[in-house]
Amino acid sequence: MGEFKVHRVRFFDYMPTAIRAMAFNAHTERLALARMDGSVEIFNFTDHYFQEKVIPGKDSRSTESLCWVGGRLFSAGLNGEITEYDLENLRPKYSLEAYGGPIWTIISNTQGTQLAIGCEDGTVKLFEVLEEHIQFERNLDRQKGRIISLSWHPSGTHIAAGMMDMIRVFDVPTGHAVQRLLVDRGFGGSKSQETVVWSVAFLSDHTVVSGDSAGKVQVWDGHTGTLVKTHLVTKWDVLALSVSKDESSVVAGTSEGTVIQFQFIAPTLHQQQDKEWVRTRTFKNHTHDVRALAEIETAIVSGGMDTHLVVRPLLEKFDENTEMAEITLAGFDSVLLFFPQRNLVSCAKKAGLLLFQFPGQLELWRLGDSDGHDGRNTVNIVDSFQTKGSDHICCSALSSCGGWLAYSTVSCVRIYRLQTDNNNISITKVSKLPKALRSAHQLCFSSDSSKMFAASSQSSVLVIALTQSECKYVHTLKPKSGQQPIHLMTTSVDGKWLAAANSDCEIRVYNLQKLKLHCIVPVYGSCPSAMGIHPTTNNMTVVHADQQLFEYSIVEKQYTDWSRKLQKQGLHNVWLDRDTPVTHVTFNPKNPNQVVLHDMHMFCIIDQSLPLPDQKTQFYNQMTLRSLSEQERPSHLHAFKICKTFQDLLCVSLLDDQSLVVVERPLLAITSQLPAPVRQKKFAT
Amino acid sequence: MATLCEGFTLCGLVQTQNASDSPIQGIELDEDSDHAVVTDSTRSVTLYKVSDQKPLGSWTVKQGQLLTCPAVFNFQTKEYVVVSDNKVIRVWKDEDLNLDKAFKATVTADVWRVHSAPGGEPVVLFQRGAVRFLDSLLSAPQQPIEDVLSEEEVIRWSASIVAEEQHFVLFTTEQNGECCLYVQRLNPNTLQKYRLEREDSGASPLSFSASLRDKHLNLLYLYPNGCVYQSVVAARGYVGLEGVQDLPRSLRLRLPVGEGELGAASAVALDEAHVAVVGVPHPSARTGKDFLCIWNTNFQTLQAGILRNWSFVWCYLGKLFVPHGKALSIIPYECQKSSLASALGKLRHTGIAVSKSSVAVPSWNTLLHGDQPQGPTKIVETRKSVRNVKLGVNCVQPQPHQTGPVDEVQREVEVLVSRGDAQDLQLSVGQLACHLVARSQAETAFYTPVALAQLVQTQFLCHSVCPGLLLLSLEHKDYFLCQLCLQLFPDIPEVVTCACLKTFISNEVLQTPYSDNFLLPHLKDLDTQQVILFLQYLQFVYLKYSQDVYTQTAGLRSPTMTQIIDWVCLLLDAHFTVLVMAPDAKGLLSNLQSFVKSQVKLFSELGKIESSLQELHKMKLSKDISQYSIEVIELF
Repeated sequence: MGEFKVHRVRFFDYMPTAIRAMAFNAHTERLALARMDGSVEIFNFTDHYFQEKVIPGKDSRSTESLCWVGGRLFSAGLNGEITEYDLENLRPKYSLEAYGGPIWTIISNTQGTQLAIGCEDGTVKLFEVLEEHIQFERNLDRQKGRIISLSWHPSGTHIAAGMMDMIRVFDVPTGHAVQRLLVDRGFGGSKSQETVVWSVAFLSDHTVVSGDSAGKVQVWDGHTGTLVKTHLVTKWDVLALSVSKDESSVVAGTSEGTVIQFQFIAPTLHQQQDKEWVRTRTFKNHTHDVRALAEIETAIVSGGMDTHLVVRPLLEKFDENTEMAEITLAGFDSVLLFFPQRNLVSCAKKAGLLLFQFPGQLELWRLGDSDGHDGRNTVNIVDSFQTKGSDHICCSALSSCGGWLAYSTVSCVRIYRLQTDNNNISITKVSKLPKALRSAHQLCFSSDSSKMFAASSQSSVLVIALTQSECKYVHTLKPKSGQQPIHLMTTSVDGKWLAAANSDCEIRVYNLQKLKLHCIVPVYGSCPSAMGIHPTTNNMTVVHADQQLFEYSIVEKQYTDWSRKLQKQGLHNVWLDRDTPVTHVTFNPKNPNQVVLHDMHMFCIIDQSLPLPDQKTQFYNQMTLRSLSEQERPSHLHAFKICKTFQDLLCVSLLDDQSLVVVERPLLAITSQLPAPVRQKKFAT
Repeated sequence: MATLCEGFTLCGLVQTQNASDSPIQGIELDEDSDHAVVTDSTRSVTLYKVSDQKPLGSWTVKQGQLLTCPAVFNFQTKEYVVVSDNKVIRVWKDEDLNLDKAFKATVTADVWRVHSAPGGEPVVLFQRGAVRFLDSLLSAPQQPIEDVLSEEEVIRWSASIVAEEQHFVLFTTEQNGECCLYVQRLNPNTLQKYRLEREDSGASPLSFSASLRDKHLNLLYLYPNGCVYQSVVAARGYVGLEGVQDLPRSLRLRLPVGEGELGAASAVALDEAHVAVVGVPHPSARTGKDFLCIWNTNFQTLQAGILRNWSFVWCYLGKLFVPHGKALSIIPYECQKSSLASALGKLRHTGIAVSKSSVAVPSWNTLLHGDQPQGPTKIVETRKSVRNVKLGVNCVQPQPHQTGPVDEVQREVEVLVSRGDAQDLQLSVGQLACHLVARSQAETAFYTPVALAQLVQTQFLCHSVCPGLLLLSLEHKDYFLCQLCLQLFPDIPEVVTCACLKTFISNEVLQTPYSDNFLLPHLKDLDTQQVILFLQYLQFVYLKYSQDVYTQTAGLRSPTMTQIIDWVCLLLDAHFTVLVMAPDAKGLLSNLQSFVKSQVKLFSELGKIESSLQELHKMKLSKDISQYSIEVIELF
């Protein structure tokens, strides 16, 4: 196939922030996850854990706890506010001051009619959930000391509250505290330190399970207020608890990075009646605090200080009759989600510039143009934009000529004009922007940089004309239906087509000359994770979260023959078994047969002129091909050329001069920036 | 056994200004084995008849000229060759009277040495490492001489060896503290360079000595810290190897150096087992380094030593040539092959043999019932007193042991032990011990434990000299003496070892040399109770040591883990069927089994870790990738 010059870039110091809280919505199978920077991410567990939505954070916002009420998502944090999120516009809908000091936790009752928050001032406040709002209802009896954790009894009549050195059980109708469960302090030196009950769980049979800072998981009888069982599981803190839906299992997350499972089982086979909580398994997928946990039907989901989300499948939950039975044992490895499944890197293909998006700033870099002989490649940090205000950046874009740069937060959009003069780049902010352009979920420029497209609310797309002197609003492309935000947008090189995909898996193609909808790509059951329009044929390549790959001819409004052939034959199992989605699709301008794709662990050049691999074909065959002679090679070639030389990829793009840009962010570099984990006694140290 | 004979003075020497320099440049032989060609450090060469101790001829260069290399005898042309002022080669015959009138040739480069050996042509080694046959050099003296060595490399020592029609010139060089050995083979010419392993202290060897044995070149060299190493280079075999190779070495001898390091000393290999050393202190003498000693490298034993003031030694045909003070002495020596060398079986742990320190293994009783004063401390003291005795006077055959009472015998032994000369004492001690044992066996009332212990402690006794001794002590339940014998006798038969085992269990027994095949049948003689007890003890010792295995240092008088395990295996081999049937042994066996299991597990785990560690090691090698690079990849 040939040689490629590769710009190997490792200077994007992207640093994900720690996971603080999570909430799983069993009904919609969506996991909401809050990070330390106040951002909230929504993962779709029915669709390969695809990161469907990202709500950018804000400097002042700190989320301590998340809670679903039906399809509505609430959070509460140490700023003392309760926030409801607008999941269609990816922004906070409203925030409400609770007047109880910092809020440590927020929960809802099973009926979804009330919210309860635990406050620093020792109050548990109840809020009524209304159609469009929530309203303060009353306080439960105020206690001395902060309320750290809460759990509502499934019947809705009682609430257990974890505090300092104790657990209180409240009777909700009267608001009185009916039980006081005293929690022992730690041994030795920690005797003088208060024990923090980080987490409580209230089960249907009035059992209260607590996890505390002395490293204990304790089981209490909520009726009598007596301690049933103590499991000392760590020298450090037990930070999080989560109960399975059927209440047969509880998992606890610790500061050591372990997740420990307890199961309600009979200790011997003969006495099936006398069940008790028994410590069963320990999972170690984290190096640091496990701050957030969710035990879902088939897996344990955990996250914490070490920033990655771990989905650990539970083997016994799949029985032979389910559709999951076909999954091989190897498929039961934990799924580790490290990187955001959206673009943080924009690449100006003509100008050789890279734009890196951080929560609060942007960095613009120029790629070195030396051919690498002397080893001194110059990379200029051109500029970094510090965003005004406390809102974090939700998207950014760079035009391919390198002349325009745009970014958006939830409250504003900024466009800059970049002018290159020898090695200096001058940056001018475009001062007057159309009023309609208030915020955008996605931004992109047409390939000739004459237009900018901004994805706005309700799947609409604003078309903005860019000239030297001004930015002018042209049109709004608005679909008849569709509520979900657009998360992918791409234009054709000839400037005729614009494709936009939303999280309802709809892909709409607009004709930009006529400024109207051209067609809707047949909806596929999995969310598109990357797409691109071919520069010469105008065929659109779409890759979905389930790794399926389609090629759709925009002109003919149908799948291409190659795509049909691929679907008929089926993708190779090795391709389908990958656990990170493809996040970029680009094309080789010099060779129309070549499509370049990448996920976190590899990049792939698909050569459509070559035969497709069948299941018996060796899929990763680059090493084999390398070892073969010129004559033998052709018989072993297939369309998928996978390169795993580069790892932890954030972006792979093909510049107009045929050279590849590979942006790596080594996980080791991220790990090395984490704070030191708690000290653990290691064997032989 | 090696012995040094009475030496005699060959000639007087002119004292040099620098006392540490040798007044003699070299001593060489000529065709007559009784002749010695002595080159002094300045201007003259003298030929001596050794047996008559008189000079046969002397040649001197003019004032202002200097001999820069020892004169050698050309065995082919019967001429003498010497180099003066580095560049002038002079050749003369016996009958020439004046060296100035002899044949002279000036060469273009500085000569280091001329080497000559019977059966080979003389070879000239230049200071920069080039080698020429003397004949070819003299036929064209002005021929260009190449530099073999790098600029700062200096030759420290050289030798030539002729054997099996192969002619070798060996020389060692030094550069920035690194020592190298060059082996130049002649006809065809090949040069091989070896790097000597660096000593920890960074010091370079004080002396070298080369010999040819079994078609191998043996290089023996002595470091200032007293270590004598031997390296072996194949005389035949690879000749085409390129580059510098590392020269493996083995420690032959660790000489006691006393305080500080050796200044000037040299070691010469006498035969495969014996090394003559000068300038090293005698282990028994407190101070002074002025000894000539012959060491047996196989057994690390000092076999002979004389006090003289010297620091250089040459060795030719059974004679050691040693300049000391104002005279050149000649000391004939004799090395006999040691019979023990060919003995079968496991030798003592070398660490123990060398250090000879006497720290006891914790006895079971001590460990169980607290510390009690025990025999071994006494041993240390008594041995010290024996060592401090100055050996020197011939002993008189003692008499009273034949008939006298115990205390008289005791006195007699004390006298003997306190004055005996090394060689003679051996004989008399052996005889005395035999007599005493015989008498004790004959007269049941007669038993002299103290005297016997003293005799044993002289370390001149071994089991074969006095076979009845150990059994006698067993009979009298004299465990102190038994322990002493077990400690000091190198040759206790396995049957006796087992007999000891039956009566008492000690540490000492575990350390006696034995060979499995001979021991096994005797072990079968032990009864079940004894076996169980012994196994329990072994298990106890093992556990004891496995707890603090790191604190166990070499040289302590304690059985090694390997020894313990070996004994356990042997015992189980001998008695397994019986033990399986014995109910008492059940717990013990299952313990042992679980402990073997755990060991196997441990090792398998270690094995696993090993490969991971190796992987880690490999990973480290992967290059650190910079923040930005432009690379080229190829896809197929």
